Amino acid sequence: MHVLEKILARASGKDKVTTGEIVNAKVDFAEVNDLYLQTIYSFYEMGGNKVWDKDKLCFVFDHYAPTPTIKAAQSHKEMRKFVEEQGLTHHFDINAGVCHQVMPESGVVWPGMILVATDSHTTTHGAFGAFGTGVGATDMATIMISGQLWFRVPEVINIEINGNTQPGVMAKDVILHVLGTLGSDVAVYKAIEFTGTYIDDLGVAERMVICNMAVEMGAKTSYMKPNQKVLDYVHNRSNKEFNLLETDPDFEFAKTYSFEISNLCPQVAMPHNVDNVISIVDVPKVKVDQAFIGTCTGGRIEDIEEATKILKGKKINPTTRLIIIPASNEVFLEAMKLGYVKELVKAGATFSTPGCGPCLGAHEGVLAPGEVCVTASNRNFPGRMGSTEASLYLASPATVAASALTGELVDPRLLLKEDYAYETSNG
Amino acid sequence: MKLVTGKAYVYGNNIDTDQIYPGRYLDLVDPMEIGKHCMEGADASLVKKLSPGDIIVAGRNFGCGSSREHAAISLINAKVSAVVAESFGRIFYRNAINLGLSVLVCSDITKKINNGDILEVNFLEGYVKNKNSGEVIQGEKISDYIRDIIDSGGIKPLFKKITSNQG
Ligand code: SF4
Repeated sequence: MHVLEKILARASGKDKVTTGEIVNAKVDFAEVNDLYLQTIYSFYEMGGNKVWDKDKLCFVFDHYAPTPTIKAAQSHKEMRKFVEEQGLTHHFDINAGVCHQVMPESGVVWPGMILVATDSHTTTHGAFGAFGTGVGATDMATIMISGQLWFRVPEVINIEINGNTQPGVMAKDVILHVLGTLGSDVAVYKAIEFTGTYIDDLGVAERMVICNMAVEMGAKTSYMKPNQKVLDYVHNRSNKEFNLLETDPDFEFAKTYSFEISNLCPQVAMPHNVDNVISIVDVPKVKVDQAFIGTCTGGRIEDIEEATKILKGKKINPTTRLIIIPASNEVFLEAMKLGYVKELVKAGATFSTPGCGPCLGAHEGVLAPGEVCVTASNRNFPGRMGSTEASLYLASPATVAASALTGELVDPRLLLKEDYAYETSNG
Repeated sequence: MKLVTGKAYVYGNNIDTDQIYPGRYLDLVDPMEIGKHCMEGADASLVKKLSPGDIIVAGRNFGCGSSREHAAISLINAKVSAVVAESFGRIFYRNAINLGLSVLVCSDITKKINNGDILEVNFLEGYVKNKNSGEVIQGEKISDYIRDIIDSGGIKPLFKKITSNQG
């Protein structure tokens, strides 16, 4: 069996599960984000009274933090009331950050667990060796009542990534390249394990970027074998004791795809599909109105650090806006401590509240018709960040920062060179 | 939700949930209001054209993207009776089943249906009949587990049974 199958077997009280089988599994932790007031209504509608375990359910206010509309404020209000009435142990209000960042930070994520959230990017937690998956409101309400969910045991495909990236090339470029090559439906209903020499020693933040975007290939969940960096991260934040599960030697992947990334250039997903990916060197001239660094994909300290390297002591192009939203308050504090916030604000960046920001078009930087945004987030569907007539280019935080500086989509490697003096068209 | 007849509106691949239901309306909670924005990101004119019972036909990966249940809720409240697609995004598929929206996987369906054709969809048997061409197109049969949910009228009635038995 694969580790993911062993996780499902453990959680459903079985010795063995097989692909395609439907199992009822116990959920180790569940999270509801602030788009999902419906979960509470459905919980009561289905006869719910007390949640199955007050230590294992949390709400995270991230999509509407702080609230932009009266309706969103009403949602938060009703959710807070529920959290209080149910006496939930964990609660993340508007002063926390994006769910996929604050959950690992707070120590509720550990290798071998099943984590279910009302958010498709729950695949992110494969970075920690967890089985993370997203569901809708009604499924979540059934978990809130019973602590269980039905799963179809998925086929597992292997995406093997070997080599080391060059300076200026980030994990985001690697996953965009994989996505562009394999397409946005290669893993529908399947699980993805990422393997290879690139993954073996990869840091926690980079692992999260790659697993985060596994869902853009349709994956139900993703998995990476925890390395020492992951184990250290988890042990520093959680008292949970767990056994590290191993995939059996005779397990066979449904399919294996191999990539070698040593010569990879920065990548860009062009409008309006995540898999419409080309190399930065082939991108035509694009004037950028807004550059955005943030979200559960590109808002970690490593991302803000990369932006600082590019923008320190410089000024962004006066015709471009740069919005930076740390993924969590912890990230925000770290960025302040390291002096990044100061440098970036001096360079002309606009900082906003930790949370999802404009990622899904709710607030804090939505786009007008005809505008262009280069973004470190994960989706560029029409209308994702405001107007359906705006264009979104997905790229790494380095590419976003470099583009804010020049006012057009640009290869960040040019700006990371010490001796390179970029002349903006405005002087 | 077993046998429905209606006019087909045909779309391509990768119609994601932002196109089915744009994020800027996620703070709406009234199902009728949610229905008014159905498919707005893909085809803003659709809602005005739809008659109750009409059917959406799509290519691969319909409903990919976010987990928002609003996507399924908007289709139901716009009175779409079924969605037939070559494949579905996983979370959308679960949401649809849970809420009682008929969703049928039928490979190559977009090649066999023209916009405006009248279709009969038999969800439990898993086939589509094109009344214009007479062709019957076999799709995937649903699993027993999903049939259970549907026979109960969606996951909510099924769960109500369980919670009321627990007293
Ligand atoms: S940051 Fe964007 S992708 Fe991540 S949870 Fe928030 S809205 Fe979703």
